[in-house]
Amino acid sequence: MSAPDQTILSVSKLSVRFAQSQVLAVRDVSFELGAERLGIVGESGSGKSTVGRAIMRLLPNSARVEAERLDFEGTPLLGLNEAHMRKLRGHKMALIMQDPRYSLNPVLSVGKQVAEAARLHLGLGKREAYATASAMLERVRIADVERTMRLYPHQISGGMGQRVMIAMMLLAKPAVVIADEPTSALDVSVRGDVLKLLDELVTENNSGLVLISHDIRMVAAFCQRILVMYKGHVVESLTRLEDASHPYTKGLIAAMPDPRHPVKRLQVLDRKAIDAAEARP
Amino acid sequence: MIEVENLEVAFGKGDDRKQVVKSVSFKVAKGETLGIVGESGCGKSTVLRSLAGLDRHWTGRIALAGQDVAKERTKEQFELAQMVFQDPYGSIHPRHRIERVLAEPLRAMKRGEGWDRVVPALERVGLPAAFAERFPHELSGGQRQRVAIARALMLAPQILLLDEPTSALDVSVQAEVLNLLSDLREERQLTYVLVSHDLSVIAHMCDRVLVMKEGMFVDELTPDAFRGGEITQPYSKTLFEASFL
Repeated sequence: MSAPDQTILSVSKLSVRFAQSQVLAVRDVSFELGAERLGIVGESGSGKSTVGRAIMRLLPNSARVEAERLDFEGTPLLGLNEAHMRKLRGHKMALIMQDPRYSLNPVLSVGKQVAEAARLHLGLGKREAYATASAMLERVRIADVERTMRLYPHQISGGMGQRVMIAMMLLAKPAVVIADEPTSALDVSVRGDVLKLLDELVTENNSGLVLISHDIRMVAAFCQRILVMYKGHVVESLTRLEDASHPYTKGLIAAMPDPRHPVKRLQVLDRKAIDAAEARP
Repeated sequence: MIEVENLEVAFGKGDDRKQVVKSVSFKVAKGETLGIVGESGCGKSTVLRSLAGLDRHWTGRIALAGQDVAKERTKEQFELAQMVFQDPYGSIHPRHRIERVLAEPLRAMKRGEGWDRVVPALERVGLPAAFAERFPHELSGGQRQRVAIARALMLAPQILLLDEPTSALDVSVQAEVLNLLSDLREERQLTYVLVSHDLSVIAHMCDRVLVMKEGMFVDELTPDAFRGGEITQPYSKTLFEASFL
């Protein structure tokens, strides 16, 4: 059993460049992750998803990933070959993606997909795998598991699909879970349930969670620590939204409508001011 | 501006028949913005599609600008209300240049070629004239949604029907698009019906909010209720609290 403050993932000066581009999609991102919830926030194109994918080593060959250190449980990930990575992915490290309609296999029934994960990562036989899958689906509060296991992804709702995805990913009790916009394809009303479920399972397994999203309020409510990314690098690291000092972070917070504090016009990002703040050393 | 009485929509036949909208009635005054909030599958988009004339399964009465509309609409009736869809990636023809996308409504309604109206339409939604030459994939999500709004305004409608217009967008871009919609409403005295699952967007934009659940309206809310948090109906309360996460 590892202590809660033990580092699971250690990232130092991670940079990513695509093909011949001179622009760094990710620039000098560093963080340590223990058994905690870390949020990465930013707009589309800020590089937040690329960080997640770089850690999973899921970027296309055209991407050049460099880092001083990219260690998972003490093993440098960048030195591993593909076969070795494949053993880690889904087993020790899990990635949950945005839209269950695209990330689940459309031609396999739900039960078969979840059982496949059990067979692959836990080395179980067919029958045991099905039993494990069924138990796990019950764990993510799917009603009528027997029936659901026979359904195909297009026959279930988005919220249910995301639960299935979580069941599949957390079945092997991974040490790190990277959730990339796990709730943005879902209704506001089911968002809370899915996040709570994710938290429950991650805490139970004593693993680390990286939550990637553009929704700063949600991330702040859910995570203990937040990294704010802008144009590929981390502009600010926060524990509470109230401490935000960078104009970009403040702009993101102000851009969200708040029913309790109505305004005539929403504030939009003043990109010139942000770039000016960035230019200062 | 809009009057709806006992609107019912059902899909399927026999045992498969499913009543999606169960006898709803509401009115929207000119210049007012009505919000309809609810979860996926509650029937909110179906109400909007019936108003737009896209669905023809409905029964009941719909009147636009004081005139009853039939299921088959005349050209003039179509021009009264235009719709903006959720997904800016799916609602614009991927192989048409923006100029053609914008000229299309005028051509479809036999109101001329429409090419000369493209540039003013782009400028109205804050896009540069040079975008007329571009294809949709050369635009960002927010820019595409601006094109969709410009297209809906091509026929100078009095009513805009907005189906989750910002849920595919980042919060920072969402703010820009919502501001644009507020400006246009003021400038052209437009009447909006805005549908969303996100109560915070609805509360920001609307004068009045209907909460929809399983095909029926279960509650009506005002901006004052949001400000003071005085929401008593249990379902509305759940939605309200969920929007803070």
